[in-house]
Amino acid sequence: MNTVDLETQSLRSLNQSLHDLIGTTEKTKWTVLNPKGAHAIAAGIDSPMDITIDGSAGYFCASMNKQADVHIKGSAGPGLGENMISGTITVDGDASQNAGATAHGGLLNIKGNASARTGISMKGVDIVVHGSIGHMAAFMGQSGNLVVLGDAGEALGDSCYEARFFVRGEVKSLGADCEKKEMRPEHIEFLKDILERTGADAKPEEFTRYGSARKLYNFDVDNASAY
Amino acid sequence: MKDYDSKGIPHTTPRQSATYTLDANSDIRRAAATGIYDIRGGGAKRKVPSFDDLLFLGASISRYALEGYREKCDTNVVLGTRFAKNPIEIDIPITIAGMSFGALSGAAKEALGRGANAAGTSTTTGDGGMTPEERGHSSKLVYQVLPSRYGMNPDDLRKADAIEIVVGQGAKPGGGGMLLGQKISDRVAQMRNLPKGIDQRSSCRHPDWTGPDDLEIKVLEIRELTDWKVPIYIKIAGTRPYFDTKLAVKAGADVIVLDGMQGGTAATQDVFIEHVGLPTLSCIRPAVRALQEMDMHRKVQLIVSGGIRSGADVAKAMALGADAVAIGTAALIALGDNDPKWEAEYNKLGTTAGAYDDWHEGLDPAGITTQDPELMSRFDPVEGGRRLRNYLKVLTLEAQTLARACGKNHLHNLEPEDMVALTMEAAAMAQVPLAGTDWYPGKDKF
Amino acid sequence: MCGIVGLFLKDKSLEPRLGELLTEMLVTMTERGPDSAGIAIYRNGGGDASKLTLQSENADEDFATIDADLGNAIGATVTSERNDTHAVLSVPSDKIDLARDALSKIRPDVRIMSVGETIEIYKEVGLPKDVAARFAVEKMGGTHAIGHTRMATESGVSTLSAHPFSTGDDQCLVHNGSLSNHNRMRRQLRREGMVINTENDTEVGAAYVSWKMKTGSTLGEALESTIDDIDGFFNFVVGTKDGFGVVRDPIATKPAVMAETDQYVAFASEYRAFVDLPGIDNARVWEPEPATVYFWNH
Repeated sequence: MNTVDLETQSLRSLNQSLHDLIGTTEKTKWTVLNPKGAHAIAAGIDSPMDITIDGSAGYFCASMNKQADVHIKGSAGPGLGENMISGTITVDGDASQNAGATAHGGLLNIKGNASARTGISMKGVDIVVHGSIGHMAAFMGQSGNLVVLGDAGEALGDSCYEARFFVRGEVKSLGADCEKKEMRPEHIEFLKDILERTGADAKPEEFTRYGSARKLYNFDVDNASAY
Repeated sequence: MKDYDSKGIPHTTPRQSATYTLDANSDIRRAAATGIYDIRGGGAKRKVPSFDDLLFLGASISRYALEGYREKCDTNVVLGTRFAKNPIEIDIPITIAGMSFGALSGAAKEALGRGANAAGTSTTTGDGGMTPEERGHSSKLVYQVLPSRYGMNPDDLRKADAIEIVVGQGAKPGGGGMLLGQKISDRVAQMRNLPKGIDQRSSCRHPDWTGPDDLEIKVLEIRELTDWKVPIYIKIAGTRPYFDTKLAVKAGADVIVLDGMQGGTAATQDVFIEHVGLPTLSCIRPAVRALQEMDMHRKVQLIVSGGIRSGADVAKAMALGADAVAIGTAALIALGDNDPKWEAEYNKLGTTAGAYDDWHEGLDPAGITTQDPELMSRFDPVEGGRRLRNYLKVLTLEAQTLARACGKNHLHNLEPEDMVALTMEAAAMAQVPLAGTDWYPGKDKF
Repeated sequence: MCGIVGLFLKDKSLEPRLGELLTEMLVTMTERGPDSAGIAIYRNGGGDASKLTLQSENADEDFATIDADLGNAIGATVTSERNDTHAVLSVPSDKIDLARDALSKIRPDVRIMSVGETIEIYKEVGLPKDVAARFAVEKMGGTHAIGHTRMATESGVSTLSAHPFSTGDDQCLVHNGSLSNHNRMRRQLRREGMVINTENDTEVGAAYVSWKMKTGSTLGEALESTIDDIDGFFNFVVGTKDGFGVVRDPIATKPAVMAETDQYVAFASEYRAFVDLPGIDNARVWEPEPATVYFWNH
């Protein structure tokens, strides 16, 4: 077990120690004490590890993560797990805006609420939010899954491509080119698995699926008002 | 047509409107037929005050010239000396601007790398990620972080020699990009994680920050991701260069890339290209003034781009205070874009050599701005690289020639005072005197 | 472009510590705004007196006999308490307009930072910790306070361009973001008789809110109408004599986080500004919704 106390050690030395493990395959364990909302904690990890952040993190926590399992015991600031490639990030509290922005893979598990633009431009990540999410979630979402146990704010899935959205509660409004879709057995299967993996207290059947109506994929003058 | 009609009255020449020109009328008809604005590649085509409106004052009696080819005139430049552990040293102050794989073929990207390498300078990725062709053939490669983050991944980030956060492009400050379906080939679709054949929209703002205070945190994140090793550039479009330069410095940039309105794009709305942003000539002095006020001139390097074609343009940009320039469109022309040898094919596309700008349609007869295998096969990356190297060498030799004539042993020692302006507009924008006078508009001398 | 902090106390026992808590929050936001800093603090008010907070580049000279000089000019007793480049004058409330006019004559170079029963505004160029130290903010008590650290975008780095801005009695506003119709709105507000001193977009936001309140809106209504009338990106935090309000634009890209306990309501641009607040671990922490007005009154 490695412990880094950000009260006495610098962010730079923490991240350098984590980056020094790039290329190694042995799983390591880390604890970060006194994060106090600092930015870019555990950014750019690329080795198997369990890392616990014992408090709240600032912007871009665990950004571009590969392989690591990151656990934030408090809340997370904007851009949590930005451009994540693989691994998991679990937040006990809330996530601020742009959580999982452009993330390509892995699993982002937010136990509280997430605010605006959750999963913006998502490119393959799976995001589970146990609470509710803010407006413009998954704007231009390309692929991956956004699962919300609570409600979604305005303009869900605006201008989305092939990302899928599953919302259990209310959706305040759908964004341009986003529509309600039928739930097929494969969607129930997917939800069953991911809800179980994220410890979510919900049944797959309670969710509604949304996704791209694909009307903006190629320009048509009759859809011009959506641009 | 006869000069007189049957009654002997002289025929009057039909008069074309200066407002509803043939060009304007054809745009109206095109809009009426399609319902969508015109999308094209390239930069502003309208005439704007440019480096052509400046002249150097060669040495004579009061100043002494350097002997060409014998007395040294250095051209090297180090980029990223402010914070990065590993600044980039290039032999010539001319870099290759960001152009995406997707907009360009893999072979064209390879040729850019080969040419730049041979000339001792760097190349830049674009919206679409880093290709092995490009990394393999570019010994100094700048990796762009763009709003859409297509193809962005930490492995490539760590392979880069510098990171360029793109806030804006001279062709479209405040706008996003547009890549129409024809070019989203299997490989492009896979790299960008998009369905094949769709129109790709690129966002105008970054997904995870807005404003200088958040940009500062973004810069910190990228420094942490790359262990403070490589320089971080911030690329801005020429719109409010004085403010944006100051803010880029405050946000922590090592290098500022400033792109004027003649700078090209793979594709965006024509209305954007022609009606938004500042001519390159007018961007440089405000940016340099901002750096000087912060005591950061030459400490944070300034790369200027947008319409650089000749060694004269290079020398003039540097005399106005740039540390280096970047070329995009000119590099494509050096590779063979818009070459008259394809005139018959340009005619088939309804255009002519020199005017071809539908780079987004993927039908480039020269095989450069395309993903079509047959067209791509026309382009030889080795030959293209050689042509680009030659062109870069000529730009450098020309700039050196001018600098030596002004008595300089390094291109960096060129000054605004080495130049005069031919027009009032250029005098005002470049803040150098009108030729033969000691004043320029905007200076309290009259 | 900036950092914002605000603290509205519900528990009177915390009032002596207001300045100390706010200073810590302010200094944490240094990276967001290294150019200048300022605070508005509400304290020691009431009765028949109003306060004028003044700033001078030449404080030794301007403030030496200002109480007597102004007192003579308006025929009333004026007291003055100097604090570095600032001074707080206490003037009978019914003579406040007279005092303003007299000041422009007897001390033309002195700037009025704020006017009101309880508000005092202190702001200067420099790092937040230095600005807070020169005014000894940490020793100040009060009921509520708002602080701001500024990274100048388009208007210059100067005392006058620092936040908070006050354009109405006991009112202040700070801003993070960038307004896109402030030039047109400045002209309109000036036609309406509002005094706007700088080219700063935030001052227009402040004047707009003051104008709305002057023409009959409550603070809540004034903030509601910013959403329709002000274009651009903004988080506004405003203070009044007994109230504290927050509004974000509909796109809401600039960061904002709030915390509430039985003892206080706090606002900050980033969570890390909260970490030293008492009881923060058990506070309700949330992000204000876009295009939604929040306000608290004593």
